Amino acid sequence: MAIPGKSSATAVTREPPATRLQWRIAEVTALRDETPRARSLTLRVADWTGHIAGQHMDVRLTAADGYQTQRSYSIASIPQASELELLVDLIPEGEVSPYLTQEVRPGDRIEMRGPIGGYFVWTAAHGGPLMLIAAGSGVVPLASMLAYRAQAAPGLPTRLLYSVRTSEDIIFRPRLDSWARQDPTLTVVLTLTRGAPIDWTGYRRRIDMDMLRQVAFSRDQSPLAYVCGPTSMVEETADHLVALGYPPERVRTERFGPSGDPR
Amino acid sequence: MSPMASETLSPTDFVALDGNAAGGLLRQLFVFDVTVARVVCSGCRSSHLLAALKLYGHPMGSILRCPDCHATLVRVVAHEPEYWLDMRGVESLHVSLP
Repeated sequence: MAIPGKSSATAVTREPPATRLQWRIAEVTALRDETPRARSLTLRVADWTGHIAGQHMDVRLTAADGYQTQRSYSIASIPQASELELLVDLIPEGEVSPYLTQEVRPGDRIEMRGPIGGYFVWTAAHGGPLMLIAAGSGVVPLASMLAYRAQAAPGLPTRLLYSVRTSEDIIFRPRLDSWARQDPTLTVVLTLTRGAPIDWTGYRRRIDMDMLRQVAFSRDQSPLAYVCGPTSMVEETADHLVALGYPPERVRTERFGPSGDPR
Repeated sequence: MSPMASETLSPTDFVALDGNAAGGLLRQLFVFDVTVARVVCSGCRSSHLLAALKLYGHPMGSILRCPDCHATLVRVVAHEPEYWLDMRGVESLHVSLP
């Protein structure tokens, strides 16, 4: 039981006055295939006032017969961007992602609401060092944090440990490479879990305790960790970080992805 | 737009999610972002941020379960404009407002 007066809840992020989130119409302005099964959607939303790095949008599709279904997609773009970038991973048997990855065209209109989320978010005021850990499309909210950090907190020691199946599954590789090249205080470490090119010199396995010992900031640097990916990866990684001495409240988690293992 | 019209509808995308993804739904009912609240499970008395609960989405509604004992903590049914919220599995809810 939480002790009244003791702050065991996370502070509510200051938001505009209480109003219900309204469904709004977004117009697709650009599409880009990011990997063979993930597509980036750029969207224009009227009166968009930006977001906080790490937040997501709810997307709602309505069938001709009125059937509605909705999904959440993390925002990839930098918070100040005038247009919104979402990354949609194809789930072949899914209801929503096949439409968003294969059917949608520039000029199409999509219903969405957001931005949403006050927990898995990072602002410069949260500080660091920043330990970001992702598997698969879990890198999306972290990419928004990295884009924001480059402007709002350059020089803040930051590491990204990113696990994907093969090199062609690396989402946002050009921007990750470019940020890491330009910034000596940012380190990007990739691990490939299912087959690496012959000349691959990086890790070739799932994220584990030994890898975290080598890659993660040590606890005496008071790091703040964000872990995003499939449930099992998130829970194992968070447990490892706590075992390495990270206070549980300094390990923020977001679980998502198909229950079939995308790593 | 009728993107779903020709598709076979499956009950879910079989996506494993957590309370973060319920933020938009719950923001319809609460005046603040309740995913940052700490809730105590009435089943096992463990405490978690609501964002860290397991989310099960069903066509009939959304269920948030305790990650430790899997008890049902929150059930929400949205049938616009009507909402139905059952939080009997939450023993207490603690939030720090700005």
